[in-house]
Amino acid sequence: MNVMLRSRWWSFGFRSAIVLYFIVLIVLPILGVYAQSFSLGWPPFRAAVTDPLAWKSVLLTIRLALIATVINVLVGTMVGWVLIRYRFFGRRILNSLVDLPFALPTAVGGLMILLLLGPGSAVGEAAERLGFQIVFHEPAIVIAMLFVTFPFVIRAVQPLLEEMDKSEEEAAYTLGASKAKTFVQVIFPTILPGIVSGAMLAFARALAEFGAVVLVAGNIPGKTLIASVYIFGEVESDNPQGAAAVSIVLLTLSFLILWSVNVIQSRRGRA
Amino acid sequence: MQIEVRNLNKSFGDFHAVRNVSFNVEKGHLIGLLGPSGGGKTSILRMLAGLESPSSGDIVFEGKRVNELPPQERGIGFVFQNYALFKHMTVFDNVAFGLKVKKQAKERIRARVMELIELTGLKGFEHRYPHQLSGGQRQRVAFARALAPEPQLLLLDEPFAAIDAKIRQELRSWLKDMIERLGITSIFVTHDQDEAIEVADEIMIISKGRLEQKGTPWDIYKNPQTQFVASFIGESTIVEDVSKLKGFANATSWPDTKALIRPEYIEVGRLSEFRIPSATERGRVKHIHFRGSEWLVEVEVGSNLLITYRSLEKDILHPGEEVSVLVHRAYLFNESDSWIMENALKEDPMPIHI
Amino acid sequence: MKKLWIPLTYVVFLVLLIAPLIKIFTGAWANGWGGFIEAVARPQSLHALWMTFLITIIVTVINTLFGVMLALYLVRADWLGRRMKQLLNSVVDLPFAVSPVIGGLMIVLLLGPNTVLGAFFEDAGFKVVYAMPGMIIATLFVTFPLMVREVMPVLQEIGAQQEEAASTLGAYSWYTFWHVTWPSIRWGVIYGIVLTVARCMGEFGAVLVVSGNIINKTQTATTLVYQDVENFNVIAANSLALILAAVSVGLLLLMEWAKKRKEVH
Repeated sequence: MNVMLRSRWWSFGFRSAIVLYFIVLIVLPILGVYAQSFSLGWPPFRAAVTDPLAWKSVLLTIRLALIATVINVLVGTMVGWVLIRYRFFGRRILNSLVDLPFALPTAVGGLMILLLLGPGSAVGEAAERLGFQIVFHEPAIVIAMLFVTFPFVIRAVQPLLEEMDKSEEEAAYTLGASKAKTFVQVIFPTILPGIVSGAMLAFARALAEFGAVVLVAGNIPGKTLIASVYIFGEVESDNPQGAAAVSIVLLTLSFLILWSVNVIQSRRGRA
Repeated sequence: MQIEVRNLNKSFGDFHAVRNVSFNVEKGHLIGLLGPSGGGKTSILRMLAGLESPSSGDIVFEGKRVNELPPQERGIGFVFQNYALFKHMTVFDNVAFGLKVKKQAKERIRARVMELIELTGLKGFEHRYPHQLSGGQRQRVAFARALAPEPQLLLLDEPFAAIDAKIRQELRSWLKDMIERLGITSIFVTHDQDEAIEVADEIMIISKGRLEQKGTPWDIYKNPQTQFVASFIGESTIVEDVSKLKGFANATSWPDTKALIRPEYIEVGRLSEFRIPSATERGRVKHIHFRGSEWLVEVEVGSNLLITYRSLEKDILHPGEEVSVLVHRAYLFNESDSWIMENALKEDPMPIHI
Repeated sequence: MKKLWIPLTYVVFLVLLIAPLIKIFTGAWANGWGGFIEAVARPQSLHALWMTFLITIIVTVINTLFGVMLALYLVRADWLGRRMKQLLNSVVDLPFAVSPVIGGLMIVLLLGPNTVLGAFFEDAGFKVVYAMPGMIIATLFVTFPLMVREVMPVLQEIGAQQEEAASTLGAYSWYTFWHVTWPSIRWGVIYGIVLTVARCMGEFGAVLVVSGNIINKTQTATTLVYQDVENFNVIAANSLALILAAVSVGLLLLMEWAKKRKEVH
């Protein structure tokens, strides 16, 4: 029983206002998208989703988001590990910098990538001479996704590494385990839930990313047009039904991911 | 404050935490709610405080039903198990909180707080924060804070649970003195019987949400009214068939009856140490343990293993030694009834009248 | 091993975070101080920055108030059943999973000029979509979880006992909130505010869809950057981006500071 919120004559109205705000702002719009995409029945929905440009954009998004996530898991785990376990010059600054993609507008992030790797930049031209293109092609999209999702794995792994009892590791050493074996058998299982939930969040974010990608992708339909940009295009060309149909495919996927993260985290909470 | 509780019930979902509890507390008494953890003691205390509302039943303070009264208006002081001190406030501000809420004048608050700080022996610590204090000091702050608004009833939830064994002793007698001096009606919850026996004027034994027995510590110890109380208070051994013990042959008249025997009901020693050898029987020492102030002796009598104490002044017994055992009395109980039975052979068979 | 990992970490940071950041700073000066001033002093730049500022202020205030209250309810209130709480709790995170573009689309679908609600508001002379209110709603949607998720764990950690103690000492809800609860959650709230400000300022997808990106009317700083890039006006885009990036770095420092204070308490 909470005393602080104990009912007074106004508290009922107060509670209703909060819950109503919550429902109107969050629940209603989400239901709205689902309702809208089926508002004309099943066939138009199917038509919208089976449009080759639509499903190609969804598949492209999933594929590139997966690549970005895998890179993120590798790099993120390493960075998380180094920032927690080693003491070296500049560690604190690097640790603060991890959050930069959260603080920076994604459009600015996209612009940075464009400037750094785009036509006319040193890196862009060097790559072109080597025979592959970055900006307005898939690599740029992956880099943009990588940039915006950079903090997730690191921030999910760090607390687990910090909490982890150093003596567990030491116990493994005293039992004769090598460093590599200790990492694989003792440390890795401890941080695995963090890696998994961080990776899922990163994947969900990569699926949803718009600002950073739209500036660097070139948005060529069927080639570098990702789902959120496709949705944006449909809205611009006044086809909200088509936009809604692709949206709910993406939304449902994201919700499933979010739900799995919750399950993983609550399981960890119980353990 | 005089308190009356009638048919109090509390359920949390399917869990029936408090069942039909009724009792009275006289003004100025110090009551201990004793029982195993999770038995509903804290729920009763929280309902008295108004932090929890009863599912049914009445709580009456000074003849007035207070069920609907919020905790702010009940005139109580509450000492939480982990003290719940305000972490961001100094000792002074913690103690002053209840007075500031009542918008008392600054000088009055200051005078009252300093008085309490002195009373609780915290002088010199008034500008410290809770995390800079020891467990015992925090307990005193919690106590002073609860007393500051001059409550009519003081409620303490496991007040000594989080304190080292050594300081606990000290604080217990300090708290008892303090409450006696102030004459404030107090109820405290504990799962530690020594604590309840030592501190409380009266004990209420609570188990599985029920009030098993209420009475003075001595009364409860001597005349436990239920099997639970008998086994919970003090140490004891349960004997399945007491009629096999010498002096308890009568017990066969009550089938399905077991006996509970406390260590202090039993005497163990060489035959020569007993006044009435005929009442004793043979036993064999199984183990002895040094308990600091006495020996704890495990002795086998027939198929039963009994536990008793032996003074350090007497000869030391050794494991495996044949000894005599005298069982003075046993607490018999069955499904419906319980009573105390004295050893029938203890009365001298050939009394010498002078 | 250590000799390998630390330099590698530095390389990752340099390539992924530091180099792009430096590029923004140098890029804005490509045409010197004059170019920067000129780009920023354009009327549409000033207007866009003003819009961003306005939205940030309004959204931060609303989100802070409702976020803190909702967190209080989700943690403390017993009038919400346990199941209801669990449900609400998982719904709070939904905006994290929703692409900002879809967030914007939702609002267009619900309140656009062709919908019942939208038409109703328009008749009342109150334009929602392609106007300020829609942009605020979109940003509110996107920032919604930030505050709730910062405050909830703090509330859970401190527990209800201090508040109960205050109530047994005679304090009512308002007094208890300000004197007991607030000092404990303060740094969590401040951290949440910084996150909210960062997100408001940087929000792009949702605002782009809802605003229609009309110059001098509904254009914000980020959508102007987008438009400048689309028009190959890279230096102008760069100058605005520099301002945004500078604010971001400032916010990042604030975040660090708030985080440290949060840990102390």
